Amino acid sequence: MTIVDTPPQRTLTTRPYVVSTVRQQTHDIVTVDIRPEREAIAFAPGQFDMIYVYGVGEAALSISSDPAAPQLLSHTIRAVGWVTRALNHLQPGTTIGVRGPYGRPWPLADAEGRDLVVIAGGIGLAPVRPALLAALAQRERFRRVVLLVGARSPRDLVFRDDLDVWAADPAIDVHVTVDSAVRGWVGRVGVVTKLIPAVPFDPEDAVALVCGPEVMMRFAAEGLIARGMPTDRIHVTLERNMRCGVGTCGHCQLGPTLLCRDGPVYAWPEVGELMSVREL
Amino acid sequence: MELDAPVLLSVDDLDTLIATLRTDGYRVIGPTVRDGAIVHAELTGVGDLPRGWTDEQGPGSYRLHRRDDDALFGYAVGPSSPRRELLPPRHRLWTAVSDGDVGFRVREEEHVPAKLALLGVRGCELAAIAVQDRVFLHGLYEDQVYTANRQDLLLVAVECGTPSGSCFCASMGTGPGIDGGADLTLTELFDPHRFLTRAGSTRGQELLAQLDHTGAGAADQDERTHRMDAAAEQMGRHLDTTDLHDLLLGNLEHPRWDDVAERCLACTNCTLVCPTCFCTTMEDTTSLTGDEAYRDRRWDSCFALGFSHTGPGSVRSSTRARYRQWCTHKLATWIDQFGTSGCVGCGRCITWCPVGIDITEEVAAIRATDGRRAARTGASP
Repeated sequence: MTIVDTPPQRTLTTRPYVVSTVRQQTHDIVTVDIRPEREAIAFAPGQFDMIYVYGVGEAALSISSDPAAPQLLSHTIRAVGWVTRALNHLQPGTTIGVRGPYGRPWPLADAEGRDLVVIAGGIGLAPVRPALLAALAQRERFRRVVLLVGARSPRDLVFRDDLDVWAADPAIDVHVTVDSAVRGWVGRVGVVTKLIPAVPFDPEDAVALVCGPEVMMRFAAEGLIARGMPTDRIHVTLERNMRCGVGTCGHCQLGPTLLCRDGPVYAWPEVGELMSVREL
Repeated sequence: MELDAPVLLSVDDLDTLIATLRTDGYRVIGPTVRDGAIVHAELTGVGDLPRGWTDEQGPGSYRLHRRDDDALFGYAVGPSSPRRELLPPRHRLWTAVSDGDVGFRVREEEHVPAKLALLGVRGCELAAIAVQDRVFLHGLYEDQVYTANRQDLLLVAVECGTPSGSCFCASMGTGPGIDGGADLTLTELFDPHRFLTRAGSTRGQELLAQLDHTGAGAADQDERTHRMDAAAEQMGRHLDTTDLHDLLLGNLEHPRWDDVAERCLACTNCTLVCPTCFCTTMEDTTSLTGDEAYRDRRWDSCFALGFSHTGPGSVRSSTRARYRQWCTHKLATWIDQFGTSGCVGCGRCITWCPVGIDITEEVAAIRATDGRRAARTGASP
């Protein structure tokens, strides 16, 4: 299959992709793997697509698969609205529409020669997963690779197969925690941001990629700053309502920025203060 | 850009201009009286213009009155704006055609370049078009619908001789006089009734060449200057734009936002009459049989609760947050996003607000009790 390396697909027209597999991640989250009917389009870790379900509508969804293999594209989706519920009940072979990739990716190159610290809360592991896969594929370019994962409960953990593989891999230092445990859970309990003070990495020479609920990202940034990490090496990815993906619908504004155009990945100094204003 | 010397057109010449444009295949859109308001509609001649009408506007109020002359443009702006013609309130983007099973193919809508002429466009409206150009033409993506309507757009502008009680274009630097940006710019003068006309493009020059005009003299020019000076004096509203960006963004928690939220109905009227508002949403529907699914785009408003909806709920669920978003976007963050203010001072949001909320008054109230100054002096706002 041809892979086209293009700038972001600046179009409002969707392109047909065929559902290959639907993998249940948790009781309300699936990962949908899709293949393009025509050529595949290269993407960078942290970018998102607008995914269309025939006759139902469209949703903005981060790409959760390996950027080295854009011919098999994955999106990891929690059922919360019309479109995401429909996506949770897709059958293999169904055609869905995709436009993208959109948005500013994670600045992975900035982490080269440094420690890479990835912090994910809940389904927030999905948008950072492509960055982790890309980093592990060129492991020698980074010093430590650290992953902190939190979820509400063990049953809310996504990508458990990956977590098992990575836990056994000396190339990556994985720490998993849950807010509240259940019988049989022998891992750590507590919010993910509590892990930050004790995990080994060099805060003065590290880059952090953070994705999760906004309150979790605020605490994560505070924890990283408290350890001495320069604020401009902390990166978060934000979520707002999105309708166009190309900077013209106005929905994804956060004060002076448009997430689809200027984000969704931001350095902390760009959005930290904005994120502390309620209902902005 | 001003080309050649100004000329004088008569009312009959203006009629000929409309006829010429129509013969050339243009759809000529301009002001006309309908349902007790001056709105935009297709014109067939000067007879369709609101001859002898004027409007009285203020917060939450709009009334038409008879003038004691035959002025064709003796009123300010009504609820319509050029935005409606350039990006219609609802339009189809594409159709997905089912293959009868689980597949579909996409049929894109064709966007044929429009031959559109806007007549009677005011300075604030020319500025509004320039604001929307930045969003739809000069961003990440050149919008195909907007481009199709915009690329051959012919603009016959009119300088504003009768600003309304809601107008503040002089504060925003967009009127009442016009300094370029149109193919032709008219200034309506009386005794005798005539139009001082300037071409602002080669297309404008070509149009003038087809008309039986006479040269304008120094007295005509003086009369224009006098009328524009008088119009600037008649502005019903004033907005102090000094340090406006930082004033608003430094007062995001000002108690005035709570105050205005008590009055605001979040009805979306202000955003629908605004000539620069550009927000849209997508609508997906299917045919009754399900054989086709349609993707339409329609105007949306930041005052709608669903506008900021995400998984956990609406980001801006309170009216306070939605009014603050609208006001700070217009006057402050628009500059960060697009390099220009999003307000052109046309006053529509003031007139068409059912409870008469006045953006100039809200900003003045925030300025009078600037929380940044209070923070510096230790006083409470």
